[in-house]
Amino acid sequence: MSRAALLVLADGRFPAGGHAHSGGAEAAVGAGRITDAESLEAFCRGRLHTAGLVSAALAAAAVLGVPPRELDAAADARTPSPALRLAARKLGRQLTRAARATWPSAELDALAREFPKGAHQPVVLGLAARAAGLEAVDAAYCAVYESVSGPASATVRLLSLDPFDATAVLARLAPELDRVADQAVEAARNVADEGTDALPAASAPLLEIAAELHAAWPVRLFAS
Amino acid sequence: MHLDHHHNGPAAVSADAHRKDGSHRALRIGLGGPVGSGKTATVAALCRALRDELSLAVVTNDIYTREDAEFLLREAVLPPERITAVETGACPHTAIRDDISANLEAVEDLEDEVGPLDLILVESGGDNLTATFSKGLVDAQIFVIDVAGGDDIPRKGGPGVTTADLLIVNKTDLAPYVGSDLARMAADAKAQRAELPVVLQSLRSETGVADTAAWVRSQLAAWTAA
Ligand SMILES: Nc1nc2c(ncn2[C@@H]2O[C@H](COP(=O)(O)OP(=O)(O)OP(=O)(O)O)[C@@H](O)[C@H]2O)c(=O)[nH]1
Ligand SMILES: [Mg+2]
Repeated sequence: MSRAALLVLADGRFPAGGHAHSGGAEAAVGAGRITDAESLEAFCRGRLHTAGLVSAALAAAAVLGVPPRELDAAADARTPSPALRLAARKLGRQLTRAARATWPSAELDALAREFPKGAHQPVVLGLAARAAGLEAVDAAYCAVYESVSGPASATVRLLSLDPFDATAVLARLAPELDRVADQAVEAARNVADEGTDALPAASAPLLEIAAELHAAWPVRLFAS
Repeated sequence: MHLDHHHNGPAAVSADAHRKDGSHRALRIGLGGPVGSGKTATVAALCRALRDELSLAVVTNDIYTREDAEFLLREAVLPPERITAVETGACPHTAIRDDISANLEAVEDLEDEVGPLDLILVESGGDNLTATFSKGLVDAQIFVIDVAGGDDIPRKGGPGVTTADLLIVNKTDLAPYVGSDLARMAADAKAQRAELPVVLQSLRSETGVADTAAWVRSQLAAWTAA
């Protein structure tokens, strides 16, 4: 296994569509819930412990070999907002493409065939990590990092927030990212015995509701 | 990129020139250039000029809103199912060059849903003089500038002006009003581009988009013959 592959997969410039999504930050900025670095940190912390944890556990479970179809259904069940389901599948489809080009594998080909319109992004992330020879904890790290780095970079664009302040937010959250990634892997390991019900189902109602409102905005910079 | 040659396999990864059944996919032409230079107007005019002879579709990449797609829908240049808007996260240049996945999906979905298509026009929202399309997304690109943006743009060069397969200098009808020297623009463009073609066009004139449409037809003939 190459540890450096983790850097390739986690790189914000990995061409899998993430740049067009704000992870709910645009809606939160519009509602006045993110106004500065401090409120960005609070938003990211909330997202990390809810959507971030769930994504990381799904991704880790995919690396451990849980069938994608089961994980995709589990992801659907944990994503009440239709707008967020759509966004997750779009991003999953884009990641499938990027991963197939980057780490060609029969499993990714099979995934593309089974989900031509895309599986949930965290499930694809896990299979991409697997194809790259990475481990469950690596996929979990990618997922938790994405759950906060997306909103942070979007907020730099939306509020013209000082980019150093936004990056410092991510650095301050790092110890929590470690804990959530570990928690996610632990839950994923239980799927073998207990099925996908062992996966966390932490939800953030405000993220879901705001995503529905945001999808109806006539003018917006980000797709979600 | 040709990672997947199995004709019964899943969709191609990138710019594969063939469809799953082995036939030639649609030619994809990108249109980029500064804000307001006339990209959407050129797309609309091309659709009107070519829609009776070719099966066409359009993908737009706006900075925000869906203005370009909505303009094309309002003008009814093509049936609505042939026009798709891609959301770019405020960075069209990223969506057409650095991370083309959303655009590739848009062109593939158009081929699947309304195809077979001969030609797909991909417009990038006005961005900057360095915005160019990835070769993984389009087969040829048109860079559209206008006389009102200043007649020194061809002299300044930049990737769009220098390397695009076709350079359009649009809105020549406005040259007298904005004090732009068309002869100088043409000479500077020639100096920057050597053998690459340049079209001076006014969509308000009788000839309109005719020269550009002729170039598109020649590209398509070469693509089909290849
Ligand atoms: N006079 C004149 N006006 C033109 C010509 N071509 C386009 N326009 C006008 O220029 C304006 C901008 O044209 P668009 O086609 O929207 O420009 P665009 O490059 O698509 O703009 P963005 O997508 O916003 O970057 C519109 O009002 C057009 O009607 C032309 O040849 N002559
Ligand atoms: Mg336009």
